[in-house]
Amino acid sequence: MALVITARNLTKSYGTLTAVDDVSFSVKKGEIFGFLGPNGAGKTTTMKMVQCVSPRSAGTLRVFDLDPEKYPAEIKQRIGVVPQETNLDPDFTCEGNLLTYARYFDIPAEVARQRTDELLAFVQLKEKRKVAIEKLSGGMKRRLILARALVNNPELLILDEPTIGLDPQARHLVWERLKMLQAQGSTIVLTTHYLDEAARLCDRLVIMDNGRILEEGAPADLVRRHAGEEVVEVERTDTVITCLKGLDVPFEVAGDAVLVSTDHAHDLARILLERCRPRKMLTRPATLEDVFLKLTGRRLRD
Amino acid sequence: MSLTAFFSIPHITPRAWHVWRRNLLVFAKTWQVNFFPPFVEAFLYLLAIGVGIGTYVKEIGGIPYVNYIAPAILAIAVMNSAFFECTYGSYVRMYYQKAFDAMIATPLSIEDVIAGELLWGATKSVMYVVIMLCVLSLFGVMALPSSLLVIPVAFLGGLLFAALAMCFTSITPSIDALNYPSFLFITPMSLFAGTFFPLALLPPIFGYVALVLLPLTHIVAVFRMFTLATLSWTILLHLVWIGAVTVILCVLAINLMQRRLIV
Repeated sequence: MALVITARNLTKSYGTLTAVDDVSFSVKKGEIFGFLGPNGAGKTTTMKMVQCVSPRSAGTLRVFDLDPEKYPAEIKQRIGVVPQETNLDPDFTCEGNLLTYARYFDIPAEVARQRTDELLAFVQLKEKRKVAIEKLSGGMKRRLILARALVNNPELLILDEPTIGLDPQARHLVWERLKMLQAQGSTIVLTTHYLDEAARLCDRLVIMDNGRILEEGAPADLVRRHAGEEVVEVERTDTVITCLKGLDVPFEVAGDAVLVSTDHAHDLARILLERCRPRKMLTRPATLEDVFLKLTGRRLRD
Repeated sequence: MSLTAFFSIPHITPRAWHVWRRNLLVFAKTWQVNFFPPFVEAFLYLLAIGVGIGTYVKEIGGIPYVNYIAPAILAIAVMNSAFFECTYGSYVRMYYQKAFDAMIATPLSIEDVIAGELLWGATKSVMYVVIMLCVLSLFGVMALPSSLLVIPVAFLGGLLFAALAMCFTSITPSIDALNYPSFLFITPMSLFAGTFFPLALLPPIFGYVALVLLPLTHIVAVFRMFTLATLSWTILLHLVWIGAVTVILCVLAINLMQRRLIV
């Protein structure tokens, strides 16, 4: 299958700080590929190198088989970018933003007008066509940015935290639109720290921390590999912890709960109930969040 | 950053005009408001300084005082419109609106974006000068048609001040810090560059400093030759100075902005 992005030993350092540390990954044509990680993991820096706005410090990087440092304009002509920060042009209306942006891609005015109509409909902002940016809600702004990123019919769409700060309705709309774009043949790369978003959307993903890639794979495979099929959550008391240690069951403490990963939740739950006598206990399927916290730890990041 | 990195030749494409056009469209949306200042400014300067002070000064070197300062009013407009556009205006677009970030996610490069901003600054100088030229002509203080030559030089001078402004914008830590070059450099320059009185009145050392370091001195001198229809061969020296400094500052401005924006 054709590769849209190939990174080998990609590194970015600022002075003594290494923001992206020797990462290798590749993104196939037509897939949704996710970058997961806590703040400061190096996700955005990696995106910036792919977008040709930040030169790499070492390693090789190819986007559409082109070197971002040698052919930035050619690559950027074929990609769409949804940045983390809302940077719509406040001096124009919704429509004006799309038309102005289309000009930066040398799209002829007639085509741009038609494309603007389609895209405003696509993100359900048709009735806001003539509205100033400052009059839009946060969700509308994010949707308009998505429309703006699509103005050049990109083969590769890069989204940095696409649904940050959105209400559930708007998030679902964005997810649905991304799935539609994938069905039409687009390749999509996104960063997120919403794990349900990653699990729902991504065909494959990498988990990053401290500039390195810790794991790579399909969400379901990652869950199976690191968190088992199911998780038993038991209340956190000294009795329970002593009991678990006595049974020699590996567990993890998270807030006021103790988590035990297992492939046989029923059997384990029965044993725990009999031997440890917790007052509260529940079993649930393992999620990407379990994997994420297991790999990146529970320490708070800033 | 080595010295050569400050002066490496930027790679600019015709896409720079898209940035120029974006600024023009925004400007055109509120054109009534935007054309108001040069119109009023020309009147005020001419009345207060030209007619007011002119009543006492009468003439300088045989030239009526009003006619003497008229080209200075134009030259100061060239300086102010480009300088303020590419300091405060560009800084707001870069820092607060994140417009440059949005632009460089498209095929535009940083070189294109900054070149577009500089061209826009120069264009603004030309528009202001054209309006003021009309007003001043009505007062009969502009020799015609030679005064029309002011227009192309206004573009060159505008480019010079736009680039100078962009150099400050590229190193300023905040929008407030832009007040330093504005009040310590630009405002004094509008008074001591042979604008409202001849440089010969100052001790010779100041005259030399003005000729070597103050771009406005050369623009006023050129404008004065055009508006009084008193051309001399020295205009070539002034134009060469303006041209050379414009090229150097444009290259420097783009390199400094790249240093600021590429991370």
